[in-house]
Amino acid sequence: MAEKLTIVVHSGDMDKIYSTLIIANGALSMGMEASLFFTFWGLQRLQRESLEKGPLSKMHMLGIGKSMIKQRMNKANVSSLERLMHDFKELGGKIIACDMTMEIMGIKKEDLREDLITEYGAVGTYIQEARESTINLFI
Amino acid sequence: MSKIKVDCCGETCPIPLIETRKAIRKASLGDIIEVRGTHQASKKEIPMAVKALGLKLVDTKEEGGEWTITIQK
Repeated sequence: MAEKLTIVVHSGDMDKIYSTLIIANGALSMGMEASLFFTFWGLQRLQRESLEKGPLSKMHMLGIGKSMIKQRMNKANVSSLERLMHDFKELGGKIIACDMTMEIMGIKKEDLREDLITEYGAVGTYIQEARESTINLFI
Repeated sequence: MSKIKVDCCGETCPIPLIETRKAIRKASLGDIIEVRGTHQASKKEIPMAVKALGLKLVDTKEEGGEWTITIQK
């Protein structure tokens, strides 16, 4: 069995979703398996048309900071979150949506991008993934 | 046995690594994968991935800031 990376994606901040998807794609590219457990603010990014919509974790400044960073990222030719998510799925990455968050935030399955989600689960599902992972992060 | 070319010139982290992995997945056993790029960290990291995947690193060369890595599946 291949080594595995598991990440709890708690934050919905744009920069942290970048960290998540870059690390996860790196793991898949280097021959590991990867599972992402989306919970709380992170889960909001799996709602339709929301992946790129997160604020910047620092210096967001009502969106001014974010658009400045976005400009610099475009200049440096950094790929979009949409492309990174597409690559993650293509390389066999797994996405778990936290069902308790769905209940708390009133998010229904049809509000989410069901095409991306491998399964819906709670802490037990995450533990089963994490216990067999060599890398486990909380972002 | 065929040769697959991947052009990652101008691309930055983590695209060269991802595109290399995608090409490796699609290749058949014995195929040659030739990746070109300009992102310096990837020149070091793609060989690490090749090793981790248990594949053969055939050649690495660089000319004028552009590197070419040749892999055999």
